[in-house]
Formats: sequence, structure tokens, C-alpha cells
Amino acid sequence: MSAPTLPLDQPALATGDRSGFALEFENVSIAFDENVVLDGISFQLPHGETKALFGVAGSGKSILLKLAMGLLAPDSGRIWALGEEVTSMSEEQLFELRRSVGIVFQESALFDSMKVWENVAFRLVEEKVPNEEIERRVREALRFVELERTYDMLPSELSGGMRRRVAIARAIITQPEVILYDSPTGGLDPVTSNTIVELIVKQRDVAKTSALLVTHRLQDAFTMASHEFDPKTNRMIAIPKGQRGNVPMSFMILRDGKVIFDGDMHQLSASRDEYIREYIS
Amino acid sequence: MALELELISPFDVAKDFALSVQKYTLLSAQALANFFRRPLYMGDMLQQADLIGVGSLPIVILTGLSVGALLALNSASTLQRFGGITLIGQLVSLGMVTELGPLITGLMVAGRNASGMASEIGSMIVTEQIDAMRALGTDPSKKLVTPRVGATVFMLFFLTIIADLLGLCGGWAVSHLLFGLDSNQYWTSAWEILVFRDVFTGLIKPVLFGFIISTIGCYYGISTSGGTQGVGRSTTQAVVASSVLILIVDFFVTKLIFAVLGVR
Repeated sequence: MSAPTLPLDQPALATGDRSGFALEFENVSIAFDENVVLDGISFQLPHGETKALFGVAGSGKSILLKLAMGLLAPDSGRIWALGEEVTSMSEEQLFELRRSVGIVFQESALFDSMKVWENVAFRLVEEKVPNEEIERRVREALRFVELERTYDMLPSELSGGMRRRVAIARAIITQPEVILYDSPTGGLDPVTSNTIVELIVKQRDVAKTSALLVTHRLQDAFTMASHEFDPKTNRMIAIPKGQRGNVPMSFMILRDGKVIFDGDMHQLSASRDEYIREYIS
Repeated sequence: MALELELISPFDVAKDFALSVQKYTLLSAQALANFFRRPLYMGDMLQQADLIGVGSLPIVILTGLSVGALLALNSASTLQRFGGITLIGQLVSLGMVTELGPLITGLMVAGRNASGMASEIGSMIVTEQIDAMRALGTDPSKKLVTPRVGATVFMLFFLTIIADLLGLCGGWAVSHLLFGLDSNQYWTSAWEILVFRDVFTGLIKPVLFGFIISTIGCYYGISTSGGTQGVGRSTTQAVVASSVLILIVDFFVTKLIFAVLGVR
């Protein structure tokens, strides 16, 4: 069954200057053998915005993140990240681009033979940053995720939630312009999930980082859209109902390899599409 | 539940094999090209050299000694029958330096390290650590494959020399202690029989075997799919493939050297 098409509330795809967007997909398709995972996907992620990406299991959300990073190549279509065309770059050129894009994998993907600090410092070590600066920045990143005490521990000594937070610290240490989160709260208890949601909001509001967030938990995305980070209390606070339009947060839903919704929280709540109503209920 | 048996077309098998050879060749070529590109991970190479070289030393010492002693023991009784026991040094020396030293060391290191490389890199594949490495802007071929290739080639060269020497010691122990051969006579005949061609044959082989072990181990590691079961499969395949390839290459290299430098 083909997915119902909705008029997507997004500007027409420009063909020239891409500098206004952190990420842009244009008619991207990918299939594995006979299985079409993404079928002509097009969307844009403006700078500073966080876009939550929903879809049932196997709808290609994680594949989309890997495509955005150039870890996979699409069968057709074009992808831009930070104004550069990912789909026409060599692997060598992509290594340079990836230094400006952070990613938090679904299962954290920490290097299990390295200590926490070595994981977080990985990129800085590769860039031959002086040791004193590495230590300072690693501690700063770990403090951001409130895990400075795990500095000398191995990933195997951490809980699932702590591993995700270390993965976030690893992703943000170089202050990337875009961060891709792959189910950062998946399989975690509500308290830990909330801590991670708070970290994502903190990164969005304090560092103004653009982000593409894959999640199954609609509630997490609604929390992000209705809260902002308060640097004074170092906590996330709820935004009064009338002011929620200012939050740089949007939602996108995938179904049968296509984008069936791309808009903000109000548009999502107002949607009359049966599938979307069922999804958000 | 009915069990469906699907027949695989021979063309598909041939196509898969050709694809694997192509991927392996690309990986090997890239691993070699990386020696001339920056960054060169010297720290990782030293760490691997320690793991492969120092870690393999005990089994190389044991097998070198045993093979030399067994070679002497098996040939001594025949040589004694024809009054040629004094030739035992020559026999052990030639056998160890040209053939058994490199071959046994190669097979031992293949069993120990090709499996280790395949399982380590395979585990990194299934836990997305390789994707994470790429996402962090690091080329896994430079960071993981090239250091292993460099370290294995370098260390196998020296491990083979150690195995050769210990094989000669094992042969001396048997011929002197069991057959009463004079030590001086043994070492003189063992030394004098060797010519440039023998030493060259014995030292070119570990370089090739080291390259085979490391590239095969890394190739099967990187090609891992199917979770932990896939890691186990890759590990087994890496040992089998590298051992078989070592034996095949050994035959052709010996034949080539005979053709180029002449038979004794």
C-alpha cells in the first residue's frame, strides 16, 4: 500500500545556494536487494533547528542518518551537509566534512577497548591537539553530560544511559555544527531518558546546534518542543503555551519510504491524516 | 514447518567469489598505499608489533625447537643406516631455513593472529564501532588495517629467524645428545651448506606470509555480517583461508625462486 501524500509545509527546494541549511535531501532513494527503504525523500534542516524524525521500526530512519553522514551512498538523489554535496564527495573528502558533524549511535558505539576519556578525546587526538587542552576539553564535555567521574572508566563499566551520555560528549567535543542522534533514549528508563532529552535541549539552546533526531518516543520530542534550557538553573524549563512557536523544533514522519509529514508541533497536532492521528495518539 | 532447500546457481557462486577477490585486492592495495599517506599510525603499529611479535614468541620458540628436533630425529635413523649421520646438520639447516621455519611460523601466527584480527575488527563492525570511527573522521583502513599489515610483516620476519635458529638448536640437541654427533661438526656443516639462495628463500617467505595473514585477517573482519555468529564465522574463515593461501604461495614462491636462481 502506498503512503498517503500530504502537502508538506516546506519551501520549494532551491537549486542554488545551500548555505541556509545544515542538511538537505533531494529525491533520495536507497534499496537493499528488492527492499526499497527510502523512496524519493526530500527535506531540509535549517541551521539551528532540531528535527525529530519518526517512523515505525524498519522505516529507514537510521539509514537516513547514515546517508546524511556519507556512511552509506544512496542509489539516487543528492544530499548536502553544511552546504557541501555529500553524494559527490570521495571518502577522503568526507572524512574532513564529518569533523563538523557529530553523531550519537543507537547503541552508543563507544570503542570498548578505550577508556571513557579516550573515547571522548578520539577526534582531538586525531587532530593532534596538545595533551593539556585534550584533558581540559574532555573534562568540560564530560561535565556537560554530568559524567566527569567516569573519566578513567571503561565503557563496559557504565550503564546504558551513561554510555549514551558519553556518546553525546564524544559527539559534542569539537562543537560540531550538526548533530545526528539515533534513538538516544531508546530502551532507557524515563528518568534517564529525561536526562538525555535535557542534554539535547541544552545543546540546542546553548550551542545553537542543528540536529536530526531519530526517536520512537513522541513524548521526548514534544518535551523538546515545549521546553527550553535555562542556563541560570542549569535545568530545562517548560515554555508557556503562547510562546512555544519560537522553539526551533520540527517533526518529520516517514512511512513506506516516503516523508508523509514535515512541519512544526502545531501542524502535527492539527493534522487530520488518519495515520498521523493514530501515530501521535 | 517445511524445510525449503534452495539451490544456488554456480554463476552466483562464481560472481560472489570474484567480488570477494576484488574486495580483498582493493583492501590490500589500499593498505599498502596507506604507508605513503598521512597520518601513519606508528603508535598503533608498535602496539600491534608487541601483540603479534612478543605475543607469538612462546609458540614460535616451542614449535621451532620441536620441528628442528623432530627433523633431526626422523632423518638420523635413516642417515645412520648409510653412515651419513654427519650430514644431519646440513639437512636440518636446509629444511629449517628454506622451508619449515617460515612455513611453521607462518601457520602458527596465522592461527593466532589472523583469527584475532578477524574477531577484533568483526566485533567492531557488528557494534558499529567502525561506522563510529568513520563518522569521527578517521579512515579505518589507515587506523586498523595498515598498522596490522606493517606489524605482522615486520615481526614475522624476525620470528622466522628465531624459529630457524631454535630449529637448528633442537636438531643439535637431538644429534648431539641422542646420536653423539660432535657439536662442532654439526654447526659447521649446518652453516656451510647454506648459500645466498637458501637464505633469500627463507627470508622472502615470511614477508609474503605476514602480508597474507594480516590482509586476510582484516578482510574477513571487515566483511563480517550477522552479529556474533558472523564474528565466529569470520574468525574460522580467516584462519582457514590464510593457512591455505600460505601453503599455495609457499609452493609457487619456491618454484619461482628455483626458476630464477636455479636449483641447487
